[in-house]
Amino acid sequence: MQTTVEKDATAHTMTVTTELDATVERAWQLWADPRQLERWWGPPTYPATVVDHDLAAGGTVRYFMTSPEGEKYHGLWEIVAVEPPQRLELLDVFADDSGAKNEELPTTRMTMTLTERAGGGTLMVMHSQFASLEAMEQLVAMGMEEGLKEALSQIAGILAGLP
Amino acid sequence: MVVDVLLAPEADGLFHALADATRRDIVAQAVRGDRSVSALARRYPMSVTAVQKHVGVLEAAGLVTKERRGREQIVHSNLGTLRRAQELLSQLEAIWRTRIDQIGELLADDTQEGPPHADHR
Repeated sequence: MQTTVEKDATAHTMTVTTELDATVERAWQLWADPRQLERWWGPPTYPATVVDHDLAAGGTVRYFMTSPEGEKYHGLWEIVAVEPPQRLELLDVFADDSGAKNEELPTTRMTMTLTERAGGGTLMVMHSQFASLEAMEQLVAMGMEEGLKEALSQIAGILAGLP
Repeated sequence: MVVDVLLAPEADGLFHALADATRRDIVAQAVRGDRSVSALARRYPMSVTAVQKHVGVLEAAGLVTKERRGREQIVHSNLGTLRRAQELLSQLEAIWRTRIDQIGELLADDTQEGPPHADHR
């Protein structure tokens, strides 16, 4: 699987493009089937549990991720637009312990598109627009498993030492 | 620090902003401390308006921010913020790469067990 990531530190955007060994219809199920979504959305040590899954414009997908210590981190998607099996646009927002939207924390706008590749397989493109530097800080704090965070800060330290 | 910024993936836009000697000097000045547009204009053989244009290009590239203080326009280096944004984006990239690895494993299971029952909607 070939993956490319474009990041823009000024615009606070990231575009992840990956080639999937699957048809567009199969790839759509990664998002449309909550049991499949659970298998990849959370980091391995913070598995996701999807509690509501209304994948329609104006609908909500609610989930929580469970830490190794058993703490639950709630999040939800507000679905902006759905065009099965090609396109999904949503706002990824933080939620409080009851699963309700946390209005104080920022929102990430994400657009996902699936396109059939000429040579077979599917191109999946995820474009994320982060609200601010603070929004990225919070996402990183929520989404990272501790070991990985440590490894990355080491890498960041190495990069910072470059001439 | 400037080198780190230039190594970043969004370097193309930054190269345009830094492809001019005056603009490079403005960035170098602002890194040493806040500078007013009028103070910068005294350094170069050009009008305040021309300097403002250069500052605008740097601002669009995220290299500096501009702030009005009384009658003065103050140019402030944004390199620290830019670098923090790059670090965070690298960590967000790692989150997505983990997700894509997990998607790869999920799809690989299809070929072993046959695709899961499709959830038609």
